Amino acid sequence: MLKLRNNFVSFRKKSLFQIAAFLFISMFSASYCEGEEWVSRDAYVYSGASDARILIPFFADDATSSSICSLIYNGLIKVDKNLNIIGDLAEGWKIADDGINITFYLRKDVFWHDGEPFTSKDVKFTFEKILDPQTVCPYISNYSDIKSIEIIDAYTIKFSYSKAYAPAILKFGMGIVPCHLFEQLKDIRGSKYARSPIGTGAYVFSEWKSGQYILLNANPDYYEHIPGIKRYVYKIVPDQSVQFLELVTGEVSSMNLNPYQFLYRSDTKRFKENINKYKYLAHAYTYIGYNQQDPFFKDKKVRQALSLAINKREIIDAVLLGLGEPCTGPFLPGTPYYDFTVSGYEYNPEKAKTLLNEAGWKDSDKDGVLEKNGVKFCVRIATNQGTQVREDVAVIVQSQWAKIGVKTEVQVVAWSAFLDQFVSKKNFQAVILGWTIPLDPDLFAVWHSQSIGENGLNFVSYVNKKVDELIELGRGELNPLKRQKIYRQIHKYLNEDAPYTFLFNPYALEAVQKRFKGIDPAPAGIGYNFIDWCVPENEVRYKFD
Amino acid sequence: MKQYIIRRLLLIVPMLIGISFIMFIIMHLAPGDPTAIKYGLNSEVSETAKLSFDKMYALDKPILVQYGMWMKRFFSMDFGISFVDGQPVMSKILSRLPATLLLQLVSLFMIFCIAIPIGMISAMKRNSLFDRVTTILVFIGYAMPGFWFALLLVYLFGFRLNWFPISGMSPWYSEYLNTFDKLKDLIWHLVLPVTATVAGSLAALSMYTRSSMIEIMSETYVLTAKAKGLTDKRVMSAHIFRNALLPIVTIAGLTLPGLISGSFIFETIFAWPGMGRLGYEAIMSYDYPVVMGVGVIAVFLTLIGIFLSDVFYAVVDPRIRVDG
Repeated sequence: MLKLRNNFVSFRKKSLFQIAAFLFISMFSASYCEGEEWVSRDAYVYSGASDARILIPFFADDATSSSICSLIYNGLIKVDKNLNIIGDLAEGWKIADDGINITFYLRKDVFWHDGEPFTSKDVKFTFEKILDPQTVCPYISNYSDIKSIEIIDAYTIKFSYSKAYAPAILKFGMGIVPCHLFEQLKDIRGSKYARSPIGTGAYVFSEWKSGQYILLNANPDYYEHIPGIKRYVYKIVPDQSVQFLELVTGEVSSMNLNPYQFLYRSDTKRFKENINKYKYLAHAYTYIGYNQQDPFFKDKKVRQALSLAINKREIIDAVLLGLGEPCTGPFLPGTPYYDFTVSGYEYNPEKAKTLLNEAGWKDSDKDGVLEKNGVKFCVRIATNQGTQVREDVAVIVQSQWAKIGVKTEVQVVAWSAFLDQFVSKKNFQAVILGWTIPLDPDLFAVWHSQSIGENGLNFVSYVNKKVDELIELGRGELNPLKRQKIYRQIHKYLNEDAPYTFLFNPYALEAVQKRFKGIDPAPAGIGYNFIDWCVPENEVRYKFD
Repeated sequence: MKQYIIRRLLLIVPMLIGISFIMFIIMHLAPGDPTAIKYGLNSEVSETAKLSFDKMYALDKPILVQYGMWMKRFFSMDFGISFVDGQPVMSKILSRLPATLLLQLVSLFMIFCIAIPIGMISAMKRNSLFDRVTTILVFIGYAMPGFWFALLLVYLFGFRLNWFPISGMSPWYSEYLNTFDKLKDLIWHLVLPVTATVAGSLAALSMYTRSSMIEIMSETYVLTAKAKGLTDKRVMSAHIFRNALLPIVTIAGLTLPGLISGSFIFETIFAWPGMGRLGYEAIMSYDYPVVMGVGVIAVFLTLIGIFLSDVFYAVVDPRIRVDG
C-alpha cells in the first residue's frame, strides 16, 4: 500500500459559526463505516476517456465536465435515489399563482469554498447571467420563461414566470456560481474560474493537469457532512482496454464497463476478489427513426409492420450480450410517465406481412422483395460511425427486414457528415440513433411539430395534432398525477403511430473496487450518494496522515 | 552563403501563408460544423442558443472573412480561442507540448544511439550473423502494427509483470513525491512509450546508415585512403563516416515536425498528455482554432526542418555549397 507523506493542504480558517454548524451535523449523522462521526480518508480514482472542458456549470456541455461540476457546485434542488426532486441549496420552495411564482427558501449554513456565505444574491446572479444573451449559455432556453427574479431577503428568492412551466423546478438543479467572484468578470468563460472553480459543493477543487487528471479534496465544511472519501481523482485514460487493466491492478477505483468486459473479462480471480459490478438501466434508448416525409414511410401501417418485424430480444442479445431491456416509448421504464400497459410491437413477422399487404406491398414477381406500383421496397438505413452498437443493430435489422421482403442497404457515415448531410437536411429514409432520457418528461424539442424546422430535433417530421396539444398541456400542468396521465397518453399515441421503432434501454455497467462501502444502486444510478461512500480503516489504499 | 540563408528564410513566410490558407479552406470544406458537433442532437440546447454560439465565434461570417480574421490575429501571434473549452489555443498547446517534446526527444535520442551503430556495424560486417539478425529484428519492429505492440507491452510489462506503470505520465499523487522520486517516476513512466516508439522507427535510420556506408566503402577515395596506409579506424572516421552522414542529416531535419506533433496512437494507449491527442481531438470536434494552431506550428517546423537540413548539408558537404 502506498503511504504518502504528510503535507495535505490545510483548508481555510473556519468561523466559529461554521465550526458549530459542522459539529452539529457530525453529531447527528451516523457514519456507515464506524457508526461514529464522519471521517474522510482514501482516494477514489475514476477513469474516463476524455478530459473535462470547462468547470462552470452553465457552460458545461459534456458529460465529464457536468459530473465534475456536480461535485464542486450545488443547485437549488437535486434528485434523490428514486429520481424525486429534493432540496439542495434550497431547504424548501413554494409554487404559487398556478405556477407563475416560485419562491425558494435557501439554506443558511452554506459557504463558498473561499469562506464567503452563500446567499440569494448568488442565485439571482447565476440565473441573470444565464439569461444574458452576451453570456452565450447553451441552456438559455430552459429559463427563457423567467420574467423576473426578486430577492426577498438574503435567504429567500422569488422567480416569476410569464406562464406556468412544469419542468421549471427540475431546471433549478443548475449549479449556482459565486456572485462575489464573478460579478467583476467581463468574460466568465475565459476566466481563471473556468479551470479552477470555487463552489459550495462536497469537494473543493485542487488541481487540473490537462490531459492527465483532475484532483478534488473533500470539503470539511460541507453542509451535509464531510464526504467519506478524502480525494476524488478523475484520471484520463483514453483507451478503454487500458482503463480495464488499471482497474484490475487497482490503480483505478471505478470505470464504466462495456458488455463484453462486464460478462466475460471480469471472470478472473483477481477481478472477483477486488471489484464489484453494478448494473442499472441507463437513462437512454436506441431507436430506428423513419423519415415520415419519405414515400416509403408515410403510411402508418408500413411503420407498424416494420416495427413488428423487429425481434428486439435478438438485437439485445447480439449487440449488448443481453444487457438491455426492450422499450416501447421515450420515457424511462420505472418512472411514472412510462406506461407499461403499452405492449409495443411484439415480434410477429406474419402480422407484419399482412399489414404490408394491406398497405399495397406485395411480392408479385416472387423475388423475395415486396413491390407496390412497380417500385421495390428497397430502403437505406443510416447510422453514425464510431458507435459499434448502432452499426451492429443496423446489420441485424437488415436481416430481420429481409425476412418480410424489405431490402435494406446500410450506410455508416462519420458523425459530422451524418448530422450535416443526413439529419439536419432530413435527407435520409431511416436512421438508427439514440436519445438520452432527461429527468423531465417534456417532449417538445423532439416530438412537437414545431420542432420539425431545419436543424430541429423532430427530424423524422412526426406530426400528430393530438400529441402537440398534449405536449403543450404537459408543459403547463403542475399536478403530478395529471401530468403523469398526459405523458402516458402520449406514450400510447407514439406507440400507435410508430414514428420510431423503440428498440431498447441499455444497462449502465459500472465497476467499483470492493473497499468502497455504502454504494446503494437505485434508479438514479450509484453516484447520487457519493459523499456517503467510505473505506474502512484497514482497507485504505492511500493514506494522507 | 549568407544571402542564400536569408533568401531561404524569407521564402518560408509566403509558403506558410499559402499552406495555412489551404488548410483553412480544406478544414471548412469538410461536412459539418463545430456547433452541430457540439450541440447537434442535444435537446437541452435550443436553435437560438446554437446561433448565438455561431455568432460568438464568427462562424456565421463568410469563410474568407473568417480567414482574414484568423490571419490578423496570427500576425500578432494570437491563435484565438478554442471552441471547445474557451481556452486560448496557445496555452492549450503549451500545456501539451512538454509531454510530447520529452517523449519524442528521448525516443529520437535512443533511435540515433541504437540505429546508427547497428547500421555501421552491419555495413562493416556485411552478411555476418549480426547483420542478418539485426536486419530481421528492425524490420519486424517496422512491420508490426504500433498499437498492437504498444498494447502488448502494456499487458506484459505493466499488467502481468507489474514492472512499469500501465499508463500516464505523472501520477495524481505526485505532489507527495520529492524531486528525486518525481524524476525516477517520470523515467519509469517513459520506458514503455519510448520502447514502443523506438521499436517502429529503427528500421529506416539503421538501413539508411547501412546502405549509405556500403556505398561509400566502395568509393575509390576510400581505396586511395587505404592505399595511403591509413589505419582502418582513420579511414572509417575521416572518410567513410563523414560522407555517410549526409543522408542522415536530411532525415534528422525531417524529424523536427514529428517532435511536436506527437503520435496519436501511442499517446492514446499510454494516456500520454501530448500534442497528438490534442490535434486529433481538435479535428474530431471541429475545433478550428486549435486545428489551425497545431497545424501551422507543424508546418512551420517542417519548413524550418527542411531549411536547417539544407543549410547543414551545405556545411558538411562543401561540394554543394552555393556561392554568392
